[in-house]
Amino acid sequence: MSQLLSLTLVAETLRLSIPYACAAVAGVWSERCGVVNIALEGVLLSSAFGGVVFTLATGSPAAGVLGGILVGVTMSLGHGLLAAKYRVDAIVSGIALNLLAASGTRFLLRAWYDSASNSPAITGFHLGPTGSSGGAMLARTLLDPVTLLAVFAVALTPFVLHRTRFGLRVRAVGENPVAAASVGINVVGVRLAALAVSGAIGALGGIHLALDQHRFESGMSGGRGFIALAAVILSGWRPVRAALACLVFAALEATQILLQGQHLIPHEVLQMLPYVATLVILAIAAGRARAPAGLGKHAPE
Amino acid sequence: MSDKLQAWLLELRTPLAAVATAVLVLNLLSWGFGEAPWATLLTAAAGSWGTVYGIGQVLFKATPLLLAGIAVDLALRAGLFNIGVEGQIAIGSLAGTLVAIVLPPGLPTIVAVPITLVAAAASGALWAGVAGWMRARFGAHEVITTIMLNRIADALVAMIMTSWLALPGTVRTPDIAPSTSLPRLEALFDALSGSAVSWAFPASLLVLVGVYGWLRHSRLGRELVWVGHNEKACAAEGIPVGRRKILAMALSGAIAALAMAGMVLGYKGYYEIGLGAGVGFGGIAVAFLGRGRPLGLLLAALVFGTLAQAGLVINAKVPKEATGILEAVVIITIALSSRAAAKDAQRRAASASKGAA
Repeated sequence: MSQLLSLTLVAETLRLSIPYACAAVAGVWSERCGVVNIALEGVLLSSAFGGVVFTLATGSPAAGVLGGILVGVTMSLGHGLLAAKYRVDAIVSGIALNLLAASGTRFLLRAWYDSASNSPAITGFHLGPTGSSGGAMLARTLLDPVTLLAVFAVALTPFVLHRTRFGLRVRAVGENPVAAASVGINVVGVRLAALAVSGAIGALGGIHLALDQHRFESGMSGGRGFIALAAVILSGWRPVRAALACLVFAALEATQILLQGQHLIPHEVLQMLPYVATLVILAIAAGRARAPAGLGKHAPE
Repeated sequence: MSDKLQAWLLELRTPLAAVATAVLVLNLLSWGFGEAPWATLLTAAAGSWGTVYGIGQVLFKATPLLLAGIAVDLALRAGLFNIGVEGQIAIGSLAGTLVAIVLPPGLPTIVAVPITLVAAAASGALWAGVAGWMRARFGAHEVITTIMLNRIADALVAMIMTSWLALPGTVRTPDIAPSTSLPRLEALFDALSGSAVSWAFPASLLVLVGVYGWLRHSRLGRELVWVGHNEKACAAEGIPVGRRKILAMALSGAIAALAMAGMVLGYKGYYEIGLGAGVGFGGIAVAFLGRGRPLGLLLAALVFGTLAQAGLVINAKVPKEATGILEAVVIITIALSSRAAAKDAQRRAASASKGAA
C-alpha cells in the first residue's frame, strides 16, 4: 500500500514538474542571454492555447505540439524584439505580453469556442498501460511524448550552453554585451535566437498543461511561470539545478494534492505552502546567487 | 518659443500614438467579430466620455487605478518594482472592511472613515513591508517576493473569507457600518445620477498631490528618491539605504490598500473575493505611462479608466476581454514610443550642442 502510494507520488511529482521545469529552463535560456523574462507566464498560457487550437483543428495532438511551439516561439520572440532590439524595459514588456496572453486567450475562447472558461475537450497521446495503480501512472507519465521532449530539452540545455559555439555566444552577450559586440557578435541576433529556443522549451510546458487536462482552461498557467522564475534565481541561473528545484516544488504540490482528501489542514494553507516555501528559500539563498552580469544591459548603438 | 511648442508637440506624440493604436486594434477586433468597426468605437466613446454619467463611471474606474499607479510609482522612485499591489489591495481591502463592519454604528463618518482607511493602509503597508524587508535584509528580489506574496494573499483572503467572514453560501462579507460608507458625488451634481463615482476620487487626488509634495519637499522623501538614483552614494553619505527601501515599500503598500476606499466604502458596501482583481497590474501600466509625473499619472489613470468603462459598454457587441488586449497594446505602444522620443531628444540635444560649438 505504502509502495503504491509512493509510486503514485513519484508519478504525480514528475507530471506536475514538467510545466515548471520547462518554464524554468526557458527562463535560464532567456536570462543567460541577458533578457529578464517575466513573460514566461504568458508563454505557458498562450502555447497551451495554441496547442489546443491546433489539436482541435487537425485532430492530431502531434500537430498540436507543433502549433503550441509556434505560438510559444512567437510570444518569446515578441518579448525579445521589445526588450533586446527596441530596448523597452523587460519587466514592462513582460507584463504587457502576460496581459496579452491572458486576455487574448479569453477573447479567442469566446470568439472561437463560445465559452468564457474552457475549450472543448481534446484527446491526448494515450500511450502506455491503463489503470489507476501507481505503476501504471508512472509508466504513462514516462511514455508521454511531451514529457520525453521536455526531459530531452532540459538534459541538452547545459551541453548546448557550455559546449557549443552558439552557447558560448549566448553566455557572452548575457555576461557582457559591450565586449561581445566589440568582437563582432551580433548581440541582438544572438539574443533573439536564444529567446526562440526559450519560447520553444517554455511552450512544451504549456502544451503539457493543456494535454494533461485534455482541454484549455482560461488562466490555466496559474502563476507557474513566476514560480519557475524564482527557481531560476534560486538555482543561480543553472538549468539542471533549476529543473531540480522545480521537481522539489512539484513534490510539495503533489503532496498537497494527495493530502487534500484528508481534512486535517485547511486546503488554503496547503495551497500557500509552496509559495511560503519559495519565500523562505529565497531568503536563505537569494544573496548568494550571481546573476548574469549583462542582464538588462545593451550593446552600444 | 517655437522650440517650446515643438517640445510640447513631441511630448504629445506618445499619448497620441497610444490612442491611435487602441482605436486601430479595437476596430480590428470588432471587425473580426463581425461588427461594424466604426460603430463599436462610437458606442465605446459615447458610453465613456459621451455623457456626464459615463464620465462619472470613468472617474470611478480611474480611482483605484490612480492609487495603484501612485503606489507602483512611489516604489519605483526608490528603485523598487512593486508587482505586489494586487495582493496588497486584497489584504488591505479585507482588513479595512473588517474594521468597517465592527465599528460601532453611532460613530460619525468623519471619525469612522479615517479609522477604516488607517486599518486598510496599515495592513497593506505590513504586507508590502515583508517584501521590502526581504530585499533589505536578504537581497531577495522584490519582483519575485511580491509575486509570491500575491499568491499567498489570494489563498489567505480565501481562507479567512470561507472559514470565517463570508455570509453563508456567498463569497461576500456582511455590509459595512453605514457611517463608514463614502457618499457618491451624485449628491452634489445631479447630472452624475446613477454613476458610482464617490468622494474617493477627490480623495485620491489629495493622495497624489500629497505623495509628490512629500517626495519633493521633505527630507525623508528626497532621501527615498536619492536611494533610487544611487544606492552606493547614499550608503556612503550615511543614509540608511535598507530602512529607506522598507519605508518605500511599506508606503507603496499603504497607498495601494487605500484603493479599497472607492471600491468598498464608496461602491459595494462590502468586500467580496476577487474585488479589485486586475487593478494592481493596471497600476503598473499607469505608473509607466505616467512616468513619475503627478499629472501624467492622473492622465494615465483616466486613459485606463476609459478603457475599462468602454469595455463594459461594448460587451454586448465585442467580449469585454478586448479591453485587456487594448491595455496590452497601449502599454507596448507607450513603451516603444517613449523610447523613440528619448532617442530623439538625445539626438536633438547632441546636434544643438554641436551647433553651439
